Amino acid sequence: MSTLGPSFIELSNLRVGFDGIEVLHDITLTIAKGEAVGFVGESGCGKSVTWLAALGLLPGKAQVTGSVRLDGEELRGASHRLLERVRGGRIAIIFQDPSSSLNPVLRVGRQITEAVRLHRSLTVHDAKAEAVRLMDMVGIPDARRRFDLYPHEFSGGQCQRLMIAMALAGQPDYLIADEPTTALDATIQAQILDLLNELRAETGMATIFISHDLGAVAQVCDRVCVMYAGRIVEEGRTADLFDHPRHPYTRGLFDAIPRLNAPRRRLLPIPGMVPSAKDMPSGCAFSPRCPNAVAACLEAPPQLGGLTAGRRLACYQPMPSLSGLGLTETAKLPRYATP
Amino acid sequence: MVRFMLGRLLRAFITIIAVVTFAFVVLRMSGDPSQVMLGPDAPQDAVDAFRHRWGLDQPLWVQYFAYVRSILTGDFGVSMRDHASALGLVLQRVPATLQLTLPAMALKLFLGIPAGVYAALNRDSTTDRAVILLSVLGFTIPSFVMGLLLVLIFSVMLGVLPSGGQDTWVHGILPTLTLAIGGIGILARFSRSAMIEVLTQHYVRTASAKGMSWRNVVWRHALPNAALPIVTLVGFMVGSLIAGAVVVESIFSWPGIGRLLIVSVSNRDLAVVQCILLVIAATMVVSNLLVDLAYGWLDPRLAARRH
Repeated sequence: MSTLGPSFIELSNLRVGFDGIEVLHDITLTIAKGEAVGFVGESGCGKSVTWLAALGLLPGKAQVTGSVRLDGEELRGASHRLLERVRGGRIAIIFQDPSSSLNPVLRVGRQITEAVRLHRSLTVHDAKAEAVRLMDMVGIPDARRRFDLYPHEFSGGQCQRLMIAMALAGQPDYLIADEPTTALDATIQAQILDLLNELRAETGMATIFISHDLGAVAQVCDRVCVMYAGRIVEEGRTADLFDHPRHPYTRGLFDAIPRLNAPRRRLLPIPGMVPSAKDMPSGCAFSPRCPNAVAACLEAPPQLGGLTAGRRLACYQPMPSLSGLGLTETAKLPRYATP
Repeated sequence: MVRFMLGRLLRAFITIIAVVTFAFVVLRMSGDPSQVMLGPDAPQDAVDAFRHRWGLDQPLWVQYFAYVRSILTGDFGVSMRDHASALGLVLQRVPATLQLTLPAMALKLFLGIPAGVYAALNRDSTTDRAVILLSVLGFTIPSFVMGLLLVLIFSVMLGVLPSGGQDTWVHGILPTLTLAIGGIGILARFSRSAMIEVLTQHYVRTASAKGMSWRNVVWRHALPNAALPIVTLVGFMVGSLIAGAVVVESIFSWPGIGRLLIVSVSNRDLAVVQCILLVIAATMVVSNLLVDLAYGWLDPRLAARRH
């Protein structure tokens, strides 16, 4: 989806370093209003850091450079006022561990009402009514009565629903979901993904979906960015990328998924480990683990470049473009056989 | 909640009984009041008469039950020196002690907690390091050294503050400071680490992520969570409002409970010492109960466990 709507987020040359060590390299990317874009990769590949950096939510010692624009307005280094208006009001975020993301000593209703009042000029009474409506909308049964309960009185899945209600409070255009289902069990995961899909259909809110779960990404996203060691290595429409993974790392991710609709076979793990940010190879970060690596791969990291329409790739030796791997369906099958 | 409170009250009662018993036994095992009161050269018949007068010739357990019976009826005995009511003597001294400990408590709260929170919010800054250094100095220097140090500086060298007595409020400044400094240091240290811990929690990031100003994140989301460990410590401090000034009162000749305790112990004035210990134990127990109540109010998860 390369055509830009009226509203868009634009990251360009975004870099993040901790203690002088760069962990996120040169992220350039545009997300349009209404899109659902997935970010996949292993833990520590920078998928969460990208979006925390975009919202200025990283701890003070992080060095962030590059540019983050919302509708053309620069957010990096912007005033507190502007950032506070954007956070929750234009771009909301939900996190991996819903139970610890809600304040344990404040009533949930108050936490949601607070978010409503931050971004909408409603009276306390109306804001409370709106908070109850939001709790209802995200599927909290008996919302009015449970408004005054504390987070520990809800299950993990319900806490994530409450987080989503809180995220919706400011009527944002973008929702960043940072591994929203990782801490939940499988049936609850499916419910939360369904909820995210429904809300997107109802509100037209763009979804930025961060996950290491390819199945979940396939279920939610139109477009996918695969990240490895702080870089986007491959990007494309979900169906296209899942059917024809070109980066050896992307391919490796798919080969490591068990397939239920095919004969039994050995799972193929990707050999080796992700290099640590401290001793990153000078060439492609994936080269030490890559079956296709050649001399050029060891010299300089490949740039993310256009491949075909809507497709970008950072690789000197991509996998051949096979047709019909049928991975879109495979990735969905193992855990999310939802109707 | 009622069951929880009843349990706590029972525990408080047992604590007080234990303190009373321990004080009773130790006081009687560790020296004979007749020796102190009458002097070492007193004739034997005078000593016998004194011992009979105060019931000291009875077996220990008889004395003990007689004592427990009398305190249960509200009779705390009389001083062996002047036959004044022990409770009256003690209560008479309470205001003087509170004149030192209450302002000291206020200083601890209003300097210690903000200093700690400020240091946590500006972690690794020069201010943070200064707060750590000063608080370590504050609570590692014992109060008798600190008291003498302050006397040396403000009374001897600068000559601006009196070194003892209770004539005007100015006389209270040095003892109050001596009492407060250690507590300020401990509270600053505690508040700092509690706050640092809370600031790394996910809900703090959530509050920022929903667009709340940092100031409100700190006040509304972080501080209420950091309050729990701080309240525990403040509870201890409140518990020692009566007993905490023994050393400092002696250094500054301040006529409070602490001085009375020291004089009464050296005179073996049994009823007075026992009464002081009872009052001290009671304040400790009451402040512990208050801390328990505060926990339930501050942390709904704890309250839930009590139901």
